[in-house]
Amino acid sequence: MASPGGAAAKAAEGGLERVSGPASGLSARYIPGAGVFLLLVVAVALPFTLSNFRTFQFTQVMIYAIALLGLNMLTGYNGQISIGHSAFYAIGAYTTAIMIDRWNVGYGWTIPVAGLLCLVVGFLFGRPALRLEGLYLALATLALALAVPQILKYFEHWTGGSQGIVLTKPNAPWGFPLNPDQWLYFLTFAITVLLFVLARNLLRGRIGRALVAIRDNHIAAEAMGIDNSLYKSAVFGVSAAYTGIAGALSAVVIAYVAPDSFDAFLSITFLTGIVIGGLATISGAVIGALFILFVPNWAQDISKAAPWAIFGTFLIVFMYVMPRGIAGFCRLVWIRLTRPSVIGKEAR
Amino acid sequence: MPALLEVSNLHAQYGWTEVLHGLAFAVEAGGITTILGANGAGKTTTLRAVCGMVKTTGEVRFDGHRIDGRATEDIVRLGIAHTPEGRGTFVDLTVEENLRLGAYARRDTSGITRDYERVYEYFPVLAERRRQQAGTLSGGEQQMLAVARALMSRPRLLLLDEPSLGLAPLVVREIFRIVGAINKDDGVSVLLVEQNAAIALDLADHAYLLETGRVVMSGPAADLKRNEAIRRSYLGY
Amino acid sequence: MDILVQQVVSGLATGGIYASLALALVMIYQATDVVNFAQGSMAMFSTYLAWSMLQAGVPYWIAFCVTLLIAFAGGLVIERVVIRPVENAPILAIVIVTLGLLVILVSVAGWIYSYIQKPFPSPFPDRPLKIGNVVFGAHDLGAIGITLVVLLLLFLFFRYTTLGLAMRAVAQNPVSSRLCGIRVSWMLGLGWGLAAVFGAVAGLMVAPVVFLDPNMMGGIQLYAFAAATVGGFTSPLGAVVGGLLVGVTENLVGTYVSFIGTELKLTVALAMIIIVLLVKPSGLFGRTTVRRV
Repeated sequence: MASPGGAAAKAAEGGLERVSGPASGLSARYIPGAGVFLLLVVAVALPFTLSNFRTFQFTQVMIYAIALLGLNMLTGYNGQISIGHSAFYAIGAYTTAIMIDRWNVGYGWTIPVAGLLCLVVGFLFGRPALRLEGLYLALATLALALAVPQILKYFEHWTGGSQGIVLTKPNAPWGFPLNPDQWLYFLTFAITVLLFVLARNLLRGRIGRALVAIRDNHIAAEAMGIDNSLYKSAVFGVSAAYTGIAGALSAVVIAYVAPDSFDAFLSITFLTGIVIGGLATISGAVIGALFILFVPNWAQDISKAAPWAIFGTFLIVFMYVMPRGIAGFCRLVWIRLTRPSVIGKEAR
Repeated sequence: MPALLEVSNLHAQYGWTEVLHGLAFAVEAGGITTILGANGAGKTTTLRAVCGMVKTTGEVRFDGHRIDGRATEDIVRLGIAHTPEGRGTFVDLTVEENLRLGAYARRDTSGITRDYERVYEYFPVLAERRRQQAGTLSGGEQQMLAVARALMSRPRLLLLDEPSLGLAPLVVREIFRIVGAINKDDGVSVLLVEQNAAIALDLADHAYLLETGRVVMSGPAADLKRNEAIRRSYLGY
Repeated sequence: MDILVQQVVSGLATGGIYASLALALVMIYQATDVVNFAQGSMAMFSTYLAWSMLQAGVPYWIAFCVTLLIAFAGGLVIERVVIRPVENAPILAIVIVTLGLLVILVSVAGWIYSYIQKPFPSPFPDRPLKIGNVVFGAHDLGAIGITLVVLLLLFLFFRYTTLGLAMRAVAQNPVSSRLCGIRVSWMLGLGWGLAAVFGAVAGLMVAPVVFLDPNMMGGIQLYAFAAATVGGFTSPLGAVVGGLLVGVTENLVGTYVSFIGTELKLTVALAMIIIVLLVKPSGLFGRTTVRRV
């Protein structure tokens, strides 16, 4: 599958020298763009051809894709390992739930508020995180993820404790001829496209390259004039914001929040998503989202334990065999086919 | 009679950069061979290549058998001991523990005990400090410890990487005297890599001169020492 | 006062369990620079195997010893088979692999044994012991005792055996270790094997208290992380002291700070981790390592 984030991802991926080869594909340049266009057309048509439940599932896929894109910015592009993004997802979801349930705020407003809140929290978390190296950051974020359900259950007055908060699914506004599932699908779709375009513009060019430079050799990056502290905290904030928005959307779409859905296993699920989809890729977020939504669905028919056994196996096997994920692998194949004169370093 | 160590067409690389381009040299049994050259010539890489610590192509033969491509710990067990650049002492372990590790691959406990004594005879200062943490020893003492540890494996070939680095001249002379004694009395062949050409040529029988990964000159050490032109242009004295 | 002493002793008992698991983490970290996120799950799985043996009628202490042996073999095999391919890969790869291992072990345990909690017997008598005015649980004291025995054996192993010396060498300087003929890869496997043994001890000691279920070690793992962080990931002594500190702190805070109670105990661990990482990341006994560029 051609990668829509092609140019951005290529620029952000360390270790590939671009040698201008023969225009072996004048047409090759346009295939990625055509692929994206096709994808968008299919996406728009989907709710009208599928059942409500399937539409609901694909809405969830998009929500996961946003969350994964957020995590990927931080861990894939910038190398800061987070096993705690379930915390931001939870903040987003509960912000929305509390605002709707307690204060009667319209769901539309809750989403940007959740995003902003997570942006700030993420940035604040990112500052002290600067002092933590790889493993220690992973540890700290895992500790955070493990503590979140307990904290949520504790502040019962706000969060509804273990019972959680029940919301109602909104109807389409302004009399649009859409049922709730379809409306929420399109709302999510619009937000997803917006956030992906924003990410693509952030990650291609200077900012993306700076993030990757910091990941690969932070001392050299600093020496080149990149303000490590600013970039690292900022990307933490943006990453948290994306995941927070995803959480907020999930509260609206699923119409229910409860503490146990936001445990450490959710963080591991997100990590699985970006590993399978492809670290440091944008299209990988979509691929990963498809994986983490549908595989547990199918696997649960086998046994309750199967989904996690499969996730775990895929995590390990992908690290051995396809460390760049599916999107990374496809890109390598694409480059081999269309620009055989490019000299590539071995995939890490 | 084939040499104890024979290297032919040795190429070595770090990552994607090749640093040794087709080296060929030999160490005769019972002899002392030295490899000289400036910083960055590839001397340390050569020793590491012999021990299997870098990626190589080409042939390395020890006692007639090929050892290239084998793991370091296996090569060392064949009778080669290597004191690396920077000495490689286990700084948090005691002197005695460092020596014990040198003899790790050996099974003959009585032989090991005897070798402790011999090593302490060569390096009395180590006997004094045997229970001290190796990291608290001076530079010269650590170098002695490194050589002593290498001897504990009863090697047939000793690889020494820049033993004079950072040491006072008196200490250097002492160490080189001991290396000479080890070579003569115990028959240990030596491959010595040095930047200090003068002192190396005094000790060695045979010398090779390395420049950016290639052998540019070789011959008996005495000849290289005598040759004024070579001394001035390559060896700096 | 008596309550204080009681809580401290109780804290030391749980602290000993945390110390065991923390020791496992530290051993692996020292040797390989890797934090094994699956340590707790490996311990949980070993404990389930012990449970199976006990169900089959095997006497407790025999099951105990056999479990330790199996744990050792398991740890060794996991290192050689699962971790070895990514030994030299970037940190993220290893983190992901150990996380993968974690979820596989939890789900396989759930599949084989179901997710229903099971009681697990303690080898120590049920009767509480009374010393002065203070009442101690026999299991608590027993757990402390077992921890001490294991620690002593470990200390003797590292101090007085050649193999122990070789393992210390590999942890400090793998390159020089190779030059001494030490087969470094096998030492790593050995390290994982020993670490798994500690994990198993921790699991066997904690299961009677919290009941056996696949997620049993989740919270304990967090405490063990806190212990290793507080004590310093590069110091086995630190792991032990850290474990005891965390155990006692957890108990005292839970008892005396009313709003924390039992519900927010995990948050205490989280707070300890964050504070230590911000103030002195190398922990109480750890050494700050300088990385060459």
